[in-house]
Amino acid sequence: MIVLIPLAALVLRSMEGGAGAFWEAIRDPQAVAALKLTFAVSLVVVLINAVAGTVIAWVLVRDSFRGKAFVNALIDLPFALPTIVAGLTLLALYGPRSPIGVNVAYTTSALVLALLFVTLPFVVRTVQPVLLELDRDMEEAAQSLGAGSFQIFRRVVFPNLFPAILSGTALGFARSLGEFGSVVLISGNQPFETEVASVYIFGQIESDNVTGAAAVSVVLLVASLVVLLGIGGIRRWATRHDN
Amino acid sequence: MTTRYVLRFTALGYVAALLVVPVGLVVYRAFEDGVDDFLAAITTPEALHALWLTVIIALIAVPLNTIFGVMCALAIVRRRFTGHGLVNSIVDLPLALSPVVVGLALVLVYGRNGWWGGWLIDSGFQVIYALPGMVLATIFVSLPFVVREVVPVLREIGDEQEEASATLGASGWQTFWRVTLPAIRWGVAYGVVLTTARALGEFGAVSVVSGRIAGRTETMTLHVEERFQSFEVQDAYAASVVLALLAVATLLAMTLVRKDEA
Repeated sequence: MIVLIPLAALVLRSMEGGAGAFWEAIRDPQAVAALKLTFAVSLVVVLINAVAGTVIAWVLVRDSFRGKAFVNALIDLPFALPTIVAGLTLLALYGPRSPIGVNVAYTTSALVLALLFVTLPFVVRTVQPVLLELDRDMEEAAQSLGAGSFQIFRRVVFPNLFPAILSGTALGFARSLGEFGSVVLISGNQPFETEVASVYIFGQIESDNVTGAAAVSVVLLVASLVVLLGIGGIRRWATRHDN
Repeated sequence: MTTRYVLRFTALGYVAALLVVPVGLVVYRAFEDGVDDFLAAITTPEALHALWLTVIIALIAVPLNTIFGVMCALAIVRRRFTGHGLVNSIVDLPLALSPVVVGLALVLVYGRNGWWGGWLIDSGFQVIYALPGMVLATIFVSLPFVVREVVPVLREIGDEQEEASATLGASGWQTFWRVTLPAIRWGVAYGVVLTTARALGEFGAVSVVSGRIAGRTETMTLHVEERFQSFEVQDAYAASVVLALLAVATLLAMTLVRKDEA
């Protein structure tokens, strides 16, 4: 009830002025720019983290070095750290007062950086358990049959990890679409340039354009639902041979 | 062998550049002007009130979500009812939904022009721009964690022991306290840790429903933003370090729970 009633209010409010008003609000150039940016940046971010996350999971499972347990615990930091602190942290290193002379503040790169930070754990944490369970026999068999290590990865390991990578990526994508706290300080929130959908919604609430805010919110809501249903689908597909 | 080192170096470098160095730098900046300045920044009346408010909200939201989460997980795993799959997906929704959207949805129900807001305000009970709204927002966003952690554990343990206990004449309550709860305790503990972390760190949803009045409805995360926007970056760093310490405590708790579980 806590979840459904407010969401129902949201959908009804966005439709209050009829479907015409809803489309009008969605087609507002600033809203369109914000939505386009959100989807584009989220896609780039999850693709980078799909690769980086798989590499990290691999290193955490198959490699051994001092301090591995520490690194493993560290991966959850983006889940534990408040997003506003994440934004501030990145701004301290990659912002105007950067000690290493890299200043990406208020650009699209800053946006990418913030979203990479908050979505880092998703792929790592979905791939890691699968990799742990994965039998090494198949890999050894492939090796004894003369496959190179890249070939083993592509033909044996990757197909096994793929569903996990996909569902981690999808979760990260959903998270990235709605991210607010970490981007609000570092992106500069320039309309048409670095303003993402959630920041746009926040701005519209502040300036009392509730209909506009509700309409864009419904777009995000639908996108989240689609991603969640997609993840359910991936899970069923991945376990299709288990039963 | 070289591939192994390349991979290790890439993975650790990525984690360092994205997580370790930035967080380390903020800690360094917070203490740059000495410990006294740091303490002064986090003991201003606004900062103390913000911390207090954050703790209060977490103290209300976390127990409620724990009870609800366990009940909900039991319903999902042990009962068959229509709309089963729907409930399962809805529980996940707060994880995928933008916190700003959550905030707006709450305002539309409980705000002055919302469904019940006008009536509530007339009866002297203000939700939006006050504590109840902030608690509601926090409950909303941290709802899924206990459910998500407990559901797989319940599936894993099966219901044979519960049935055995029922056959031996235990009441529903007795079975729950003596059989089910001890079996799922680590799942619950892990869920509580995650819920607490999210409750302490929530920003977007609380930002929309709180009105952000310094010293009144400003939580720790809102305080960080407000200090930063008022160009008091040092204060923002100091408050961030307090939140980061809470995050580290959460990480430690998570690691400990995982160890005990194994």
